[in-house]
Amino acid sequence: MEKGLSGLRGRDFELSDVFYFSKKGLEAIVEDEVTQRFSSEELVSWNLLTRTNVNFQYISPRLTMVWVLGVIVRYCVLLPLRLTLAFIGISLFVIGTTLVGQLPRSSLKNLLSEVVHLTCCRICVRALSGTIHYHNRQYRPQKGGICVANHTSPIDVLILTTDGCYTMVGQVHGGLMGIIQRAMVKACPHVWFERSEMKDRHLVIKRLKEHIAHKKELPILIFPEGTCINNTSVMMFKKGSFEIGGTIHPVAIKYNPQFGDAFWNSSKYNMVSYLLRVMTSWAIVCDVWYMPPMTREEGEDAVQFANRVKSAIAVQGGLTELPWDGGLKRAKVKDTFKEEQQKNYSKMIVGNGSLESELD
Amino acid sequence: MGSRSSHAAKIPDVDSIRRETGFSQASLLRLYHRFRALDRTGKGYLSRLDLQQIEALAVNPLGDRIIDSFFPDGSLRLDFPGFVRVLAHFRPVDEEEDGNRDPKEPEPLNSRMNKLRFAFQLYDLDRDGKISRHEMLQVLRLMVGVQVTEEQLESIADRTVQEADEDGDGAVSFLEFTKSLEKMNIEQKMSIRILK
Repeated sequence: MEKGLSGLRGRDFELSDVFYFSKKGLEAIVEDEVTQRFSSEELVSWNLLTRTNVNFQYISPRLTMVWVLGVIVRYCVLLPLRLTLAFIGISLFVIGTTLVGQLPRSSLKNLLSEVVHLTCCRICVRALSGTIHYHNRQYRPQKGGICVANHTSPIDVLILTTDGCYTMVGQVHGGLMGIIQRAMVKACPHVWFERSEMKDRHLVIKRLKEHIAHKKELPILIFPEGTCINNTSVMMFKKGSFEIGGTIHPVAIKYNPQFGDAFWNSSKYNMVSYLLRVMTSWAIVCDVWYMPPMTREEGEDAVQFANRVKSAIAVQGGLTELPWDGGLKRAKVKDTFKEEQQKNYSKMIVGNGSLESELD
Repeated sequence: MGSRSSHAAKIPDVDSIRRETGFSQASLLRLYHRFRALDRTGKGYLSRLDLQQIEALAVNPLGDRIIDSFFPDGSLRLDFPGFVRVLAHFRPVDEEEDGNRDPKEPEPLNSRMNKLRFAFQLYDLDRDGKISRHEMLQVLRLMVGVQVTEEQLESIADRTVQEADEDGDGAVSFLEFTKSLEKMNIEQKMSIRILK
């Protein structure tokens, strides 16, 4: 702020100070850090998908030919194959979990449920032509812990589940998702909430606490951002997940945008059209970094802990960090941020003004 | 396939807007997409609320004043030409363009005068052409919040008005405002690049 205001220390208020704030304000109107995170990342070079063609114009007939070829391959060859695989994967999953669900609670049941989960997830990931690189597998989330990751799309769940089973936390949905959710619960204990229950934070935290108290249960998978971000940055982590206690295992997920855009813009596309877009991309290529476990330190409150974990994930995944709340696209901003700006500005003009009056 | 059209033909009255604001085709297109993105409910115009939901703007101490400048004369709807007209004040000054300008045509929106006029109306709430001591105090209060006492703020406001006021009427007129900012590089401080 000081550089923007005039580059000189020891200065008082000037008429032109208003320029700094108005310029910043108008810059925010032209483009702000948050709104752009809710639209797909712009690519530097085109990857032959029309959906990522924002600024590129018609170049040559040869390029158009290549693009047409690409369309044919994607829609007529890849799409049917992928749809078939997805169908097989989902049906196997529902059948498998229902069968396993019939068994009484035992270690055999857990083993079989793991096998079913892993196999079907792997089939589904193949259905999206997913190529996943796992890094640091020694830090894979352990039983009784909480796994925390940045959120880009519902596919994140698939990507993480191919390498290990988790307990899912989320809302009960209807339709196809609902069927899958009910099937999953039969085989292994996931934590599904009704919409009304989700509003009651204490209830949610209580149930999760009960879950990890067992220490033998599969790690809980939580996305603390609460909403899908476009994978270029990490936004505010809601403190709720960090109040439960237990060990946090952070995981960073970064998609490679050249092969396909995994970001789900829920206000623009519904689930089905989103899945169709994903299935007609070239591939989903991503990196998953498992990170060493973190626990809350003495004297650290949930918010600070959440920020610490968030920074660690951002650094690992090569994402920028933003203090804003992704859910705020629907709500109002906290006044604390404004106060901070006002404080900085006051320090400048009054801190020096009082010095001047002392010297008089 | 859900693609975004890159045709400027989608923008209504694009030629007259271009002439009025001086923005390039590419800049206008980017601003049009931005306008559509800010219009979350797809009304076709922007309301105050749409602008208030930009977080970086909501925490800007002068945020409300800036939003006011988009809605002159108490209007409640901001259409695309209006949106671009205000942003045109912040278009960087093109040296070449300045030299070739036809003196008979109206001043471009991003001229030094017009940039200063924009800054002036951020202070001059009642639009009477003068910044009174009271209006100066109000803007100062916005920028410092609760961090500064009333006395300190009043002395700063008094000093500033005194320094700029030449005809001794206790208020800063537009001419006095421009005079006191004579040496300042307004063109650089009040310019934003639309395209990276």
